[in-house]
Amino acid sequence: MSLLDDFMVRAILAGLGLVIAAAPLGCFVVWRRMAYFGDATAHAAILGVALALAFNVSIFAGVLVVALIMALAVSSLNGRGFAMDTLLGVMAHSSLAFGLVAVSFVHGVRVDLMAYLFGDILAVGRSDLAVIWVGAALVSGLLYWRWSALLTATLNPDLAMASGVSPKREQLILSLALALVVAVAIKVVGTLLIAAMLLIPAAAARPFARTPERMAVIAMVIGGIAIFGGIEGAFAFDTPTGPTIVCVAALLFTLANLVRVLRGQSAR
Amino acid sequence: MSLITLANVNVRLGGRTVLEDVSLALEPGEIVTIVGPNGSGKSTLLRTIIGAIKPSDGMVLRQKGLKIGYVPQKLHIDPTLPLTVRRFLSLPKRVSDDDAHTALHDAGAGHLCHHQMTDLSGGQFQRVLLARALLSNPDLLILDEATQGLDQPGSADFYTQIEAVRRDKGCAILMVSHELHVVMAASDRVICLNGHVCCHGTPEHVASAPEYRALFGNGTHGALALYRHEHSHEHCDHDHDHAPQIGAHTDEEQSA
Repeated sequence: MSLLDDFMVRAILAGLGLVIAAAPLGCFVVWRRMAYFGDATAHAAILGVALALAFNVSIFAGVLVVALIMALAVSSLNGRGFAMDTLLGVMAHSSLAFGLVAVSFVHGVRVDLMAYLFGDILAVGRSDLAVIWVGAALVSGLLYWRWSALLTATLNPDLAMASGVSPKREQLILSLALALVVAVAIKVVGTLLIAAMLLIPAAAARPFARTPERMAVIAMVIGGIAIFGGIEGAFAFDTPTGPTIVCVAALLFTLANLVRVLRGQSAR
Repeated sequence: MSLITLANVNVRLGGRTVLEDVSLALEPGEIVTIVGPNGSGKSTLLRTIIGAIKPSDGMVLRQKGLKIGYVPQKLHIDPTLPLTVRRFLSLPKRVSDDDAHTALHDAGAGHLCHHQMTDLSGGQFQRVLLARALLSNPDLLILDEATQGLDQPGSADFYTQIEAVRRDKGCAILMVSHELHVVMAASDRVICLNGHVCCHGTPEHVASAPEYRALFGNGTHGALALYRHEHSHEHCDHDHDHAPQIGAHTDEEQSA
């Protein structure tokens, strides 16, 4: 018998693993105004699920590949005649639609799409936990390693170029990290809520941070509280777990901004 | 040998030729100012020099190991990104507190260390950008309309600071101004750009009209000189050799 036998403990550990990767990545999503990018990648993941079922490969691999293709397509198409938001809107909705259509072609498999849209953190097993933590470690390692370069490229592409940092390469690294997080998180919170877990903790952390690093750490703490509170809350009120986590995160965001207003800082 | 040599550089952006047959060389320690009307390709030229844009034709040669400090025209920092001046200076490479303070002091921004970047005024912001550019001990400092948005005393102060930087550090400085009439008296050379190099030489040479020169030079701490260059396409006599100096120790970057 071990601690991991308890599904609640596994759920909380899975959520914390997700937060460790998603919170700092979410900061970049906020700083770079890529909110829809996370959304689009997450939607594309449904197509990945369908393809994985059709070709009988692991869901993780299918989602990772499709999310990666999506991320690369968006970053290479950007600036070629379409505005970013238009492009992301087109790709997000069409990949979701293609995914749903593709799922209907897969015979003999009854797919509970709800599980992939909203995830089921309470059903996380030991092997899922391993995937999540390895993925989270990879993503946070990648972000830690490239942190300064990523930050410089985020600040200004020309400035980065002049100091020997390639903005294209850093964009690629972020895309890779985002695809990894989506692939890891699809089981835990589902595609629709991934974007929320990327954005909300980072946005809630902003009023308390004076440096980028502190914002990432505070986002992790807020994300952790949301996971813990969400899982406990879902258990107490018998509500769906994924959405409850996001609700707690949203409440924390509201609270954070109330604190800022009360402190008299200018609204931004 | 030259820090940077451009040989017959052409740049096309979105099907439009922005730079045409531009050749120039920058020597160590000189201050060169690029002037030209809006849309004349000044910023494109700078971005080609730092390597952000690849020329569609021609060559950009950089001295091996050349360190460039770049002060961009405008740097929008998203308000969602919390960033103190001190942290900003450590991007992308961590710098020691001593180095950071020295650079801020040299740029005339010593008191701003702990401010948030988004709280700075235009002039303060430009000084912090200058401090950051100085941190790498650049051989070449590139300023893209660094005084845009500053009032006249503000830009005069800024130019005085630039002169002090050149005096103390001995780095070459390449600046852009879209204001034809505002050129530093301390510029060793002025390049007038309008898609191509119209004219270049000493400020006196470029501002060949003596009746205009009588107006400038003495005001605003002596840092600003006014000159007027009519944009007829009769080229001035060039007193600098256009031929690129291709040395043995250059990094070569040739476009397809």
